[in-house]
Amino acid sequence: MCLAAPAKIIRRSGLTATAETDGVRREVHLGLLPEVQVGDFVLVHAGFAIQRWTQEDLDEYLSLQQELESTL
Amino acid sequence: MTVSPAPSPGLKAQLLEMHQLARQFGRPVKYMEVCGTHTMAAFRSGLRTLLPESISLLSGPGCPVCVTPADFIDQAVALARLQDVVIVTFGDLLRVPGSRSSLERERAGGAEVRVAYSPLDALAWAAQEPQRRFVFLAIGFETTIPAIAVSVLQAAERRLDNVSFLCALKLMPPALAALLRSPALKLDGLLCPGHVSVMIGPEPYAFLAKSHHLPCVVAGFEPGDMVAGVLMLLRQSCGHRAEVEIQYHRSVKPGGLLRARQLWESVFEPSPSRWRGLGWIPESGLKLRPEFSAWDADRLYPETQVPAAVENPACRCGEVLQALVLPGQCPLFASGCTPEEPQGPCMVSSEGTCAAYYRYGRMASGASAAPERA
Amino acid sequence: MGLTDRILLAHGSGGRQSQDLLQQLIIPLFKDILLTPLDDSACLSLPAGQTAFTTDSYVVDPLFFPGGDIGRLAACGTINDLVMQGGKPLFLSLGLIIEEGLPTTDLQRILESLAAVLQDNEVRLATGDTKVVQRGQANGLYINTAGIGRCLPGVDTSSSNARPGDEVIVTGTIGDHGVAVLSHRQGVRFETELTSDVAPLWALLKPVFEHHPAALHVLRDPTRGGVAAAVCDIARASNVGVVLNERSLPIRAEVRGACSLFGLDPLDVANEGKALVVCNPKETPTLLEALRSHPLGQQAAVIGSVVAESPGLVRLRTRAGGERLVDLPAGELLPRIC
Repeated sequence: MCLAAPAKIIRRSGLTATAETDGVRREVHLGLLPEVQVGDFVLVHAGFAIQRWTQEDLDEYLSLQQELESTL
Repeated sequence: MTVSPAPSPGLKAQLLEMHQLARQFGRPVKYMEVCGTHTMAAFRSGLRTLLPESISLLSGPGCPVCVTPADFIDQAVALARLQDVVIVTFGDLLRVPGSRSSLERERAGGAEVRVAYSPLDALAWAAQEPQRRFVFLAIGFETTIPAIAVSVLQAAERRLDNVSFLCALKLMPPALAALLRSPALKLDGLLCPGHVSVMIGPEPYAFLAKSHHLPCVVAGFEPGDMVAGVLMLLRQSCGHRAEVEIQYHRSVKPGGLLRARQLWESVFEPSPSRWRGLGWIPESGLKLRPEFSAWDADRLYPETQVPAAVENPACRCGEVLQALVLPGQCPLFASGCTPEEPQGPCMVSSEGTCAAYYRYGRMASGASAAPERA
Repeated sequence: MGLTDRILLAHGSGGRQSQDLLQQLIIPLFKDILLTPLDDSACLSLPAGQTAFTTDSYVVDPLFFPGGDIGRLAACGTINDLVMQGGKPLFLSLGLIIEEGLPTTDLQRILESLAAVLQDNEVRLATGDTKVVQRGQANGLYINTAGIGRCLPGVDTSSSNARPGDEVIVTGTIGDHGVAVLSHRQGVRFETELTSDVAPLWALLKPVFEHHPAALHVLRDPTRGGVAAAVCDIARASNVGVVLNERSLPIRAEVRGACSLFGLDPLDVANEGKALVVCNPKETPTLLEALRSHPLGQQAAVIGSVVAESPGLVRLRTRAGGERLVDLPAGELLPRIC
């Protein structure tokens, strides 16, 4: 029911930030997560950051992605 | 030259365990993936073809487009026909048929309908074009509700009086409670929605484990997440446990996102809501609080209120949404009802169960879309 | 008289201002490649053998997008339609439907990029027409181009030629054009360095036509509807099954990123500078080498194979190791939240 994609916060001004996913940059609103800092990874849904990921969270996601590229 | 990919090592180990456990368990199990995005991800990743035959995934009511009654579209269509009104909608709603028309058809007939990715786009346009009136079609579950709430608050703060919201926001736990009251539905567990749970946390599913003795796992949307989620369900089934577990730890925290819920509670209050297939469910919807009535399209344009729509009697979306029948058991599926000419909401929404079966599941081998009994 | 800074209705009236537009803007741009200026129709001398003839209309919104504009698109699209039939592009017609108020410099830029493509590919402009419509009746500019080409002997690339055992090659990354255009669309807007792949494919495929004509079974350009629509067409026309391998699909990071943000499938997204090649598997290495030696084909990859099973259907072996159906995309690509 809800698509969300991870993105890195690369700029912020007030509650408006720019988030980047794979070279795609889009404005996102930080009203739900005002504590987010530049450099943080967040999950983006409908133009809003809805969760902050730690480095470990990101690593888990990347390893799930990477796993799909390799076979035994 | 074409190498057929085998599952990756991690996935392969998990699938191996799943197949072993499924054999040990002995009887077929039915798990419901509540969320439409899980339905779509399971098809798109081909996951359903990797699961043991004894595990069926049934799709639940977690597709906002699918459970929104046709009269919501009828009202949006009526709004679109008003002078100077611009409809702003998520792309998901554009092609959804109402009783007689869709927003796509109204746009062809001269109405202005704009597709947005964020509800804040409606505010930006309203500020740029003060002579026109903008109505945002606010549909969605707990994942989307905070974004709508922030947008309403901003409209109020900025005193934007030419933007309003037509709300059909819905809450998942009351719908699950209503769904499980149906004696026809026999389930062995639930794959709980990942992004809804970002907001509400895993706690609201406790009644499913406690009162209904159903294993519950909150899962993410990568193929690896979903395989792990189903495996966790199966381990519970095998161990005769019924607990709420989180697979999607990186996004779902105990307690959810309090700030988001506080924001939405300041803007909305609970209300009864009508769901396609499930009917009226108390406290399963949200309406704008009276102090935001100046941004409530339903109040601003009472002339667009429409009677409850009569749905195509042959369409079985209602039962599909309750996992009582599979899409292939509907007489309209793939003959009268296709993604190009949808008759019911489960076909039009790209995450609808029927659309997923139609687009990805009609395999000649029948591997994933055989008309098994639900 | 000099041209006004915006196109007026009068520029399409057939009178003096029409002449001004033609003489001051259009003819100078095309003077080296114009066939028969100002006659009612062009008289062509065609080489012996079969002639390929195609037409297409271009209504892209926005008119300028990263990596190209509607002029480059109109030239490349029609050239590529000829090339896909094994035709060497020779002549193009140019029909312009301009909305009054279009900045004259925009028209100039668009026609300059169209002319550059024709020049580079030794295609002559044979005939043309200009109309101006009232404001609100068009979205700036629509272009129709028709193309004529000479069918190369020994090349038969019809969609119905795929046979079980054949392999499917795509000449480069998929979805670039659709995502680049989407990035400038109202309500979606995002920033990216990604540019449209819009390019004429004659130079890429000419050596293949010349040296390996028999290896080619089918050629298609996966434009609107993307790779999904083109491969579905081939499966149906040839009454064969096609199995694509998700892991082999060349996809740029930006296309992957935009698709994950907006809920799109890269297979459904349009390309304007790519070809799908269905070929004899014995010739696959030779073809790949030939394609990869050209700048437009460096990322060429085998993405699937043709099978006898489930004729008419396209299946995808997914990255997760499962399988699913690939179907024709339904309707316009819309950003989704669900």
